Amino acid sequence: MIVAERKPLAEIVAALGKCRKVLVVSCSGCTAVCFTGGAKQAEVLASSIRMHYRVAGVPVNTGTVAVTRQCDREFLQPIEHRLTGVDAVVSLACGVGVQFLAEAFADLWVVPALNTRFAGGRVGTTLWEERCRMCGDCILHLTGGICPVTRCSKSLLNGPCGGAAGEHCEIDSSIPCAWIHIYERLKRAGRLELWQKLQQPKDWSRGNAGGLGRLAREDYSE
Amino acid sequence: MKAGSRLKQVLQKGHFAVTCEMGPPKSAQIQGMLAKARAVKGYVDAVNVTDCQSAVVRLSSLAGAVHLLREGLEPVLQVTCRDRNRIAIQSDLLGAYSLGIRNVLCLTGDHQRFGNHPTAKGVFDLDSVQLVNIVKGFSERRIFANGEPIKEGAPDYFIGAVENPFSGPLELRVLRLEKKIRAGAAFIQTQAVFDLERFKRFMSLVRDRGLDEKCFILAGVIPPKSERAAIFMRDKVPGISVPDDIVTRLRNAADPKQEGIRIAKELISAVQSIEGVSGVHIMAIGWEEVVPQLVSETGLYPRPA
Ligand code: SF4
Repeated sequence: MIVAERKPLAEIVAALGKCRKVLVVSCSGCTAVCFTGGAKQAEVLASSIRMHYRVAGVPVNTGTVAVTRQCDREFLQPIEHRLTGVDAVVSLACGVGVQFLAEAFADLWVVPALNTRFAGGRVGTTLWEERCRMCGDCILHLTGGICPVTRCSKSLLNGPCGGAAGEHCEIDSSIPCAWIHIYERLKRAGRLELWQKLQQPKDWSRGNAGGLGRLAREDYSE
Repeated sequence: MKAGSRLKQVLQKGHFAVTCEMGPPKSAQIQGMLAKARAVKGYVDAVNVTDCQSAVVRLSSLAGAVHLLREGLEPVLQVTCRDRNRIAIQSDLLGAYSLGIRNVLCLTGDHQRFGNHPTAKGVFDLDSVQLVNIVKGFSERRIFANGEPIKEGAPDYFIGAVENPFSGPLELRVLRLEKKIRAGAAFIQTQAVFDLERFKRFMSLVRDRGLDEKCFILAGVIPPKSERAAIFMRDKVPGISVPDDIVTRLRNAADPKQEGIRIAKELISAVQSIEGVSGVHIMAIGWEEVVPQLVSETGLYPRPA
């Protein structure tokens, strides 16, 4: 899923500026699953915004509305009636949701409440970790199911750099060296030959280095 | 075009090679580096010019290497994958060859987080193995990384890479060395050797796989300046291992600098006697004036013509 974190309140209210009628829009997709963008977090954020302005002596009107997935146009139309008279909406979706919201309503002022961090999952009670860099050319079948593009700090494709300390990445002793783990997994599987083969320079144009990602599906029809 | 690599000749003739490292200045003022270059001239077969080592902005390795050439020294151009993509790297390699540079050392590069611009975007379009292979493609197949032919003047570099015998599982390091050789590395510079026992085990695995026959291995040596320097390397520099007895020797020494020189000379002599080691690469890290002494007092002076 997409993992996101809440922006500090100060940043959100600074972006709201002189807006006095604010609608906080939650998302029940990824950001709800990682406990940053769901209906509950929307209530908390709406009351924090109210409180902030009350302390400053400026009354604001806040409301909340839940959207199943902000990255889906069909779930956005139904909230149109809630937007009348609203100066700004604060979106608790990832960057995709924020943009779909803005696209759906041309005159709506949209403020993101989250920083979208990565595609990953929960690895501990309070820890989420990245797993996919969306390179568009998956090689996990060659690396024992461990992605070096994402999990090696230098996205190396032909094995570890010289910096690994013990089992750890040179940049942070709390991050395992992806390549040592790939190596051990391939060895266990008796498939070290996969690693010994030279991986040619990657085609990064399929990922975010290539400009706007687009996917046309000729095989798909509604 | 200028002649080929002298370092390659020295190694091919079977001489025990000596190279040293030089970090360009953090400014456009080259005088200090040139003074150091003059001091080591004649004592080393080639001088390695670092490419923004530790991810700190410095005068470029290409410019530094050209300055050395003008001083009559043979440079080894370090190229890392951290700051340039395949377009920029290939372009620089064409340029460097046209300026007379004949040796290249291909590295991944220290992560930008260690340097003085930690918020920079690391490039890592290529990794060091791919980089080696691209440079090999220049001379062997006369092609660019994309397969396009180089119509004329394809660079024919003496290609080096690095290996760290002290990082991670030992057998993995040997397999990685093998991969680099297959990709086209003709000489290998190792991380600084302090832990001789581990280095000997590494070299024996290297010999078991016949890798010492396929490339020239230059053992890295750092003269430790003080106990503090040794501890810093042990704790703060990724991939260096410094055994306790070296730290203790420096701590107890009346004159730590002299002790550091003694340690470095011992290491040079020790690696010289290990089968499969073809030379030594001295990384004096700002203490280059000590290089001539290390070379002459280990019987490696004069250098072959
Ligand atoms: S230590 Fe391992 S994970 Fe970290 S940059 Fe080097 S190879 Fe990648």
